[in-house]
Amino acid sequence: MPASTLTKHRATVRSTVVLKAIMAITGLVMIGFLLAHMAGNLWVFAGREEFNDYAHHLRTLGEPMLPHKVLLWALRIGLLLSVVLHVYSAITLWKRAHVASARKGGTRYHTSKGQRGVQRSYASFTMRYGGIVITLFVIYHLLHFTGNQIHPGGASSSPYDRVVNGFEIWWVWLSYVIAMVAIGLHLRHGLWAAAASLGANTSPRRRRQLNTGAITIAVVITVGFLLPPTLILFGGIS
Amino acid sequence: MTADSYHVVGEPIRDTKAPAGDIKDRWDTRRFEAKLVNPANRRKLSIIIVGTGLAGASAAATLGEAGYQVTSFCYQDSPRRAHSIAAQGGINAAKNYRNDGDSIYRLFYDTVKGGDFRSRESNVYRLAQTSVEIIDQCVAQGVPFAREYGGLLDNRSFGGVQVSRTFYARGQTGQQLLIGAYQALERQVAAGTVDMHTRHEMLELIIVDGKARGVIVRDMVSGEIESHFADAVVLATGGYGNVFFLSTNAMGCNVTANWRAHRKGALFANPCFTQIHPTCIPVSGDYQSKLTLMSESLRNDGRIWVPKAKGDARPAADIPEEERDYYLERIYPAFGNLVPRDIASRAAKNVCDEGRGVGPGGLGVYLDFADAIARLGLASVEAKYGNLFDMYAKITGENPYQTPMRIYPAVHYTMGGLWVDYDLQSTIPGMFVTGEANFSDHGANRLGASALMQGLADGYFVLPNTINDYLADGPFVPVDETHPAAIEAKQLVEDRIATFLAINGSRTVDSFHKELGQIMWDYCGMERTDEGLRTAIAKIRELKAEFWRDVKVSGVNEELNQTLERAGRVADFIELGELMCIDALDRRESCGGHFRAESQTEDGEAMRDDENFAYVAAWGYGGEDGKPILHKEALEYEYVEMKQRSYK
Amino acid sequence: MTGSGDTSKDMDLKLRVWRQRGPKDDGAMVEYDVPAVSPDMSFLEMLDVLNERLTLEDDDPIAFDHDCREGICGACGVVINGIAHGPEVTTTCQLHMRSFTDGDVIDIEPWRSGSFPVVKDLVVDRGSLDRIIQAGGYISAPTGTAPDAHAVPVPKDDADAAFDAATCIGCGACVAACPNGSAMLFTAAKITHLGLLPQGQPERDSRVLDMVGQHDAEGFGGCSQIGECTAVCPKGISLSTISRLNVDLLGALRSTYAK
Ligand SMILES: Cc1cc2nc3c(=O)[nH]c(=O)nc-3n(C[C@H](O)[C@H](O)[C@H](O)COP(=O)(O)OP(=O)(O)OC[C@H]3O[C@@H](n4cnc5c(N)ncnc54)[C@H](O)[C@@H]3O)c2cc1C
Ligand code: HEM
Ligand code: HEM
Ligand code: SF4
Ligand code: F3S
Ligand code: FES
Repeated sequence: MPASTLTKHRATVRSTVVLKAIMAITGLVMIGFLLAHMAGNLWVFAGREEFNDYAHHLRTLGEPMLPHKVLLWALRIGLLLSVVLHVYSAITLWKRAHVASARKGGTRYHTSKGQRGVQRSYASFTMRYGGIVITLFVIYHLLHFTGNQIHPGGASSSPYDRVVNGFEIWWVWLSYVIAMVAIGLHLRHGLWAAAASLGANTSPRRRRQLNTGAITIAVVITVGFLLPPTLILFGGIS
Repeated sequence: MTADSYHVVGEPIRDTKAPAGDIKDRWDTRRFEAKLVNPANRRKLSIIIVGTGLAGASAAATLGEAGYQVTSFCYQDSPRRAHSIAAQGGINAAKNYRNDGDSIYRLFYDTVKGGDFRSRESNVYRLAQTSVEIIDQCVAQGVPFAREYGGLLDNRSFGGVQVSRTFYARGQTGQQLLIGAYQALERQVAAGTVDMHTRHEMLELIIVDGKARGVIVRDMVSGEIESHFADAVVLATGGYGNVFFLSTNAMGCNVTANWRAHRKGALFANPCFTQIHPTCIPVSGDYQSKLTLMSESLRNDGRIWVPKAKGDARPAADIPEEERDYYLERIYPAFGNLVPRDIASRAAKNVCDEGRGVGPGGLGVYLDFADAIARLGLASVEAKYGNLFDMYAKITGENPYQTPMRIYPAVHYTMGGLWVDYDLQSTIPGMFVTGEANFSDHGANRLGASALMQGLADGYFVLPNTINDYLADGPFVPVDETHPAAIEAKQLVEDRIATFLAINGSRTVDSFHKELGQIMWDYCGMERTDEGLRTAIAKIRELKAEFWRDVKVSGVNEELNQTLERAGRVADFIELGELMCIDALDRRESCGGHFRAESQTEDGEAMRDDENFAYVAAWGYGGEDGKPILHKEALEYEYVEMKQRSYK
Repeated sequence: MTGSGDTSKDMDLKLRVWRQRGPKDDGAMVEYDVPAVSPDMSFLEMLDVLNERLTLEDDDPIAFDHDCREGICGACGVVINGIAHGPEVTTTCQLHMRSFTDGDVIDIEPWRSGSFPVVKDLVVDRGSLDRIIQAGGYISAPTGTAPDAHAVPVPKDDADAAFDAATCIGCGACVAACPNGSAMLFTAAKITHLGLLPQGQPERDSRVLDMVGQHDAEGFGGCSQIGECTAVCPKGISLSTISRLNVDLLGALRSTYAK
């Protein structure tokens, strides 16, 4: 027997659909950040001063209306909140999916055939693992650039120098390439899924458009992020 | 030998519930005269409803909503899968939305005439009256009937009638209607008024003090034999076309519930009245398990033909025009390919019997769209029939746009069923029968799109207004498992199951079913003869003996055991098959779907014998080795003049 | 009823079938040789033939669900070579053996989902789908209270779109195929069917709240827009129905909690 309407509705507040909406909104917030961050990184091409200015500007954003770093922290908190909610929802849904697909004690289907499904994309397979890769990357990345705890290629107080010094080393570059590809895949499915979860998939035609859009943005972000490091490695910037 | 040697004649029987007076007022009168149950008392009254097709689900939803305690059963894993789901064409209603001269009276008239004057006028008139409310009810539930651009409901003409009164939902009308009823039913399940038991098969009726008081069911997952009790029992268990093994019915359709009730005293009316549908996909091999209906609408544009020469094995395309026999157009110039189902079916059988059939085994005729494609264009044919063509291609692997389709008649519907009065009550007090399971409204032949109408009329509107007359005397004395009648019924079921499992013979259940089906098809199918029916009865009796000696049912009762389920159904089909042949033998006239070779006009058309056979044959069970008892219910026609059908 | 056709195209197949005695028993894949399979047989008829043999060999026939055998009741359904309902995007009963070739090894398993416990062999319990409907998949229209069917016109496009969604047969292939074990396509099909009709408006909010609540309570997973469901759905229920459900649900929550 169903419980009283109120308890049922309360359960619906925590439903898979709501969790998915949270993932979608937080994911979109993070994508917004990534687009801005990517654009910012491209200042590297403008030269040392400009890039350092940009990095400095981040900290002085909103001044003098707001005290030093306040807006930056506000953004950081917003971002952090998004990450936390995103990851919380991801883990909750993952657990549910695990039980729901009867993966108890082994693979779901015994056959080795058809495991790729009928039409699903590689990106959709790797969302959760991609998420883990991204998390690890972000920790590593923050230690590298923001915290300045690790400094391959030599420490510096100039963000520009840190970036350039870092990417002159091939394995640093490679680690970023791997991370960016993971992000690209995550976003390829993530963008489409976020849009669809929020209601944008209104017809088969729209589904195709959304997927094209998702692929485009994912490629732009991946390539956009990889341009500076790659040019640095191959000597375009020093 | 005379026919009498197979049966005995009992007392005539009469429907005492239908009021006299003007036919237009009879249903009002009956509703007024029937005793009512006040809402507070309904909670104390319980009803068992077996079956969740249109007839059962609509009744359960309505009676649950009215406040009765309903317990419902079906053998599938969900009530939504009842065989009503498969109906394609549509549902009739005398809405006259087309303003094309339709009326309740016309629908009544068409149905009585279409049934070849073997149905009751009062019932049919009520059916036509309620048809109007059915559509309203279904639309309110959200059934997505086809609509026109103005947003109003679309209609089409169906089954050779001259007015457009058929409401439809693409080729899936039954599905949409059933889902509407199913949802209404599930709403009551959630509300706690209906207790739904899926995967439960009714195997026996419990009668206490002459009244139906419960059923014995088997939980098909655990094998547990359960007793359920109520103040009244409703059987809405569908038709028995599967007695032929191959039919358009679902694999699980069966007569068991009805047959068990029959053995306990319910009369079985007109068992031999079966409808054979002319446009089905032919059999492709011995492994064939069921036949698929192709919508009748194909006959609107397709032309039916066979080669003129016997045994002509050339591909259709190589047979020149002048060597083709468009036999329906030739024999029935006025109606051509659109003659009624029974006539089209018999004509196909005749040409195949002459050795002019096409396809594997020579059991098929061509349904050719070449002319239609030339006339209307491929695109237009595709728009009209595309989904049917796809279905055909999927099943046969042939492309019907290039080679003509092959079709053959197949058993489709059973007009016969348990005898009921105007209140839908059987001869066992407290047991009601609705839908295809009863015999009531279609006479010797059912018109297209009228079965859905009848199922819903019975379930939504008729039964809920008549069962109260019976229940008003309740609640009846409580009974439980300890009542001797319940113990006995349960024992009967358990013994039967034990017997099946103990025989451990050498033949599978299906092999018996197929053999029975072949006998029925050969001798009690589209054409029946005195001699053939006698042969059939002898063969069925042998088959029955062999079944109980040599059937092999593997496994145990205490698990999901699909072989055991089928064994029980086939055992009952064998007994029913014999009764069908006896009924067909006794009815020495041709009428509707029942064609006796001895009773035809000079040019081979069915000939009724109203003098001697204007009655419903209601059969009583004669005991394991006894003879069935024939009770005749005389049919009188006050409103429709009895005429011989002619489609020439 | 007689005469099988041409036997020259017959195939010899090997099946690997999931056998499981009861809900609490362990199961395993078991191999069977099935010779002389006609390409005109349906997949279920092929299983019938095997079952006839197993019965005579004193072996337990393979249990599988089926009824109409014409693709409309939704009873049948197994995973064939890892794909729900097999390779042809139709119901298992409408799949024919001509889709396979001589010598094929065919793996057959039941739908797998935590919310579809195996009853026996290939038969699962899909009662959870009925309970989702019970939670709100209906329009409350007590018998006899309906206005004339023409009282409320429905735009043809809405009626057609509602119909498209209403064709769901409740087979559960969407769940079997969804990597998350989600029944969202099934649920969304009903939300869309009823939500598009004027008759369905009064209960639209409570319907989506209750049905999604029940969907989750049954233990189905969430939808992450992977699209396998719609790709195997024998009735081609559109993925857009899920977007529609999400919008309805978020809207319903907003209007419930904004009050
Ligand atoms: C292919 C096809 C197409 C058709 N097309 C049309 C059409 O276009 N228009 C039209 O008007 N008619 C059509 N008909 C006929 C019509 O569909 C049926 O006559 C009608 O749906 C029967 O409904 P019902 O409720 O009486 O029985 P069913 O829908 O057959 O329901 C029977 C119920 O009884 C249950 N049951 C049976 N035996 C037992 C038992 N022993 N224990 C427990 N439960 C049991 C079943 O589980 C099921 O729930 C068609 C029929 C077929 C086969
Ligand atoms: C930090 C670790 C992360 C994890 C564990 C993670 C995990 C996931 C998972 C599992 C999904 C699929 C949702 C589902 O299965 O239901 C998803 C979706 C998504 N992710 Fe992430 N992700 C992470 C980080 C990110 C980042 C950094 C971004 C953006 C920059 C991002 C953007 C998205 C978007 C847009 C979606 C689509 C939302 C949706 O499915 O509706 N994710 N994420
Ligand atoms: C090649 C790619 C990248 C480069 C060159 C790069 C470079 C930088 C630099 C230089 C900073 C330090 C800014 C400062 O503190 O002054 C920074 C901060 C940051 N980067 Fe990146 N980044 C890259 C990719 C990414 C990606 C893909 C993500 C997220 C998934 C990311 C997340 C962050 C975060 C969260 C910060 C901290 C911002 C803050 O101060 O709050 N970066 N990045
Ligand atoms: S949505 Fe499709 S796959 Fe899912 S139950 Fe309905 S018909 Fe089957
Ligand atoms: S496959 Fe599953 S994830 Fe969603 S789109 Fe279909 S329910
Ligand atoms: S058996 Fe009915 S859909 Fe397959």
